[in-house]
Amino acid sequence: MSAVTAPTGSSSASTWDRVRTFRPPNRYLPIIATAALFIGLFGVGGMRYDGLTDPQVLLSLLIDNAFLIVLGVGMTFVILTGGIDLSVGSVVALSTMIAAKTLDMGWSPYLSIVAVLATGTLLGLLMGLLIHYFDIQPFIATLAGLFLARGLTYLISVESISIKDPTFTDLAFRTVWIGDYYIRWTAIIALLTVAVAAYVLGRTRFGRTVYAIGGNEASAMLMGLRVAFTKVGVYVISGFCAALAGLLFSLYILSGNSLHAIGMELDAIAAVVIGGTLLTGGRGYVVGSLLGVLVLGIIKTLISFDGTLSSYWIRIITGVLLLAFVVVQRFATRRRA
Amino acid sequence: MTQMRTQPETATTAAAEAQPVIEMRDISITFGTVRALDEVSVRLFPGEVHALMGENGAGKSTLIKALTGVYTIDSGVITIDGEQHEFHSPAASQAAGISTVYQEVNLVPNLTVAENMLLGREPRRFGSINVREMNRRARRTLLHLGIDVDPRTVLDEHPIAVQQLVAIARAVDVEAKVLILDEPTSSLDADEVEKLFTVMRRLRDEGVAIVFVSHFLDQIYEIADRMTILRNGRLVEERMVAETSQLELVRLMIGRELETLDKLDRAAPRTESETGTPVLTAVGLGRKNTLEATDLELFEGEVVGIAGLLGSGRTELARLLFGADTADTGDLTVRSHKRRLRSPRHAIDRKIAFSSEDRKAEGVVGDLTVADNMLLALQASRGWLRPIPQATRTRLVKDYIEALDIRPADPTALMRNLSGGNQQKVLLARWLITDPEVLILDEPTRGIDIGAKAQIQAKVAELAAKGMSVVFISAELEEVLRLSDRLVVMRDRRKIHEQTNDDVSVRDVLEIIAGEARGEERTDA
Repeated sequence: MSAVTAPTGSSSASTWDRVRTFRPPNRYLPIIATAALFIGLFGVGGMRYDGLTDPQVLLSLLIDNAFLIVLGVGMTFVILTGGIDLSVGSVVALSTMIAAKTLDMGWSPYLSIVAVLATGTLLGLLMGLLIHYFDIQPFIATLAGLFLARGLTYLISVESISIKDPTFTDLAFRTVWIGDYYIRWTAIIALLTVAVAAYVLGRTRFGRTVYAIGGNEASAMLMGLRVAFTKVGVYVISGFCAALAGLLFSLYILSGNSLHAIGMELDAIAAVVIGGTLLTGGRGYVVGSLLGVLVLGIIKTLISFDGTLSSYWIRIITGVLLLAFVVVQRFATRRRA
Repeated sequence: MTQMRTQPETATTAAAEAQPVIEMRDISITFGTVRALDEVSVRLFPGEVHALMGENGAGKSTLIKALTGVYTIDSGVITIDGEQHEFHSPAASQAAGISTVYQEVNLVPNLTVAENMLLGREPRRFGSINVREMNRRARRTLLHLGIDVDPRTVLDEHPIAVQQLVAIARAVDVEAKVLILDEPTSSLDADEVEKLFTVMRRLRDEGVAIVFVSHFLDQIYEIADRMTILRNGRLVEERMVAETSQLELVRLMIGRELETLDKLDRAAPRTESETGTPVLTAVGLGRKNTLEATDLELFEGEVVGIAGLLGSGRTELARLLFGADTADTGDLTVRSHKRRLRSPRHAIDRKIAFSSEDRKAEGVVGDLTVADNMLLALQASRGWLRPIPQATRTRLVKDYIEALDIRPADPTALMRNLSGGNQQKVLLARWLITDPEVLILDEPTRGIDIGAKAQIQAKVAELAAKGMSVVFISAELEEVLRLSDRLVVMRDRRKIHEQTNDDVSVRDVLEIIAGEARGEERTDA
């Protein structure tokens, strides 16, 4: 937790004045709302259940949701351009299957990882090209991708294949200790992904073009931006992230199975929306998606801590939250107009 | 074109020695079977404002898009500083020093002003965008142009006029040799236009060649030095503005004498119609945050003109009369029956028709044919279960295409391929087909050329003469005054004045609007 504390206590009065009179710009409001919701849920949970105040719960949240964070990152890119990627859940399943199968066949784990990442990236590229050059709606193109990837998974194996490769299992269980608390590599990879994505979106031409396309694609084209490259690029990124998430998921669950990750694309979309990204594109941040995943995660944790509520409640609460956030966004954008 | 070749530079003795920065020679572009541009030539000189004149569909937009690389030319040559160029993308054209500001602000609303100005050429350090430097550069350019905007603010926090200026700032920042302004003034008020002109003059004096497209002749005469006149995709003539009278220019543009306009002035009847019962009466009609309680009476066969600035409540009133928005207060009486209009559907059933000011978003269905677009309102009022017989459809569409002189006279043409003026005529036909008693026209002539404008005005006058009540809303006061029998002036979301139009002048109306403003200041003080 120490790393999260904000740099407070300023030296000069003018800085304090700036802090005191600071009003966050409107565009950060959704993200602040999500953060507040997360802290609120955490606080309420902390009051009700003793175990929840343990910082390890937070780290476990990151560990248990590492794959969803990575999926959310890829999905954020796509949604920021105003698109959608429904294929990611299936790509996660396909990735677990490719990893399990190739390892089972005795491939080097590194080669196996490359194969998984290449497959996901290629699928993303394919869908991106279809969407941009054939002007197919992202919904349809990625729906086709969903079926294709799921079908390929079955083609490789109908049975579940477990992963016993030592490199994989080692990576899966290796912990990094931070004082008395631990975190796993999967979570660190997920956080790194978020950091890289935040940099790319905020500080590179590619990233700003993503926002520009989401704001107004025709304008972006007339401004001489690389619309085609960027539009295809976001699906490539989403495909890559899905494959990476698949790897993290296979580390988490240590098997390849064609029934893995059914509907996970919807969790990813929900996390992105709860994280404050506008489905129409152009507004949102990856950090929001990270917070969105954490909100979904903490609900799950709260319900398991409670013990009396059945797990269906996770879905119900997720649904309610999603609705609430979309309505809030609607209001926020209408007022501007 | 031939004129230009045989008698070149009759008007350019002063600039005879100057080399054009851009010369487009014999440019042709064909879409399918339509020749959009037919061997058009244009010369742009540095330090000049060059007006591109012509009616809608004359080829101005096509010519601009050929120069900016949006369309690829079929034949012809574009030379920049004597060197031949071919553009296959907007980026290539921009790289050659040609910047464009389109009629609709083509920026991205969700990013900051600075980003909008510098997107695609941001200052970078080790591959990442240097935000501080970007803001500094943006601020410098804005300052240079005399635009007072914080570059760090998000674009859509600003009014359209400011966004338009930001678009120009973006265009200027590339050190453009040529700046193309395609109808930049259509959504600006007088003050904002003046601001824009200041910026334009500054750039012109720095040696930029500016291409300016506008439907407002006064603006052309205020700012432009030279002009090229197009008609039906062909070059008519290149002229110096100072040596061409407005009348001559209009004649060159529409290729016929101004009979249509003259005829209208005679045809518009100024009858005393305030007898009998009104067709439509609004008492205290209002809506929270939109319009204060307003009274209005409409009589048979009269045109009521609503004058007022943008945001004065003129459109809001029209929407309430049509039920597009529901009124919070007040009563509406149609033919002495009290009605609550809860939706446009109710209004249509009461024989009220409304043509929205936002032609693109609220009127035209671009992917349907002209015929389908025309019949939309009639079909909607009949209900979808009672199709219009094919024979009736054909007859109605044919009649109205003829009556309104819609071009191309092809019922199966796709709406989006029509020019703005012709689209507007189709929309007018759409409502006339429903045979309304009350016709509300909100900005029916905005952004369309003089010829089509005159035709629409003439039609309105004719309809009123036949007994229809028309509410005519326009930002152009001359037009409102010419057409209307009674005048309603609006300001700050309420009606401030109403009178019979007995030779009211534009000046009078402006004074009414301004006088109200002065009055308010006094009460405040």
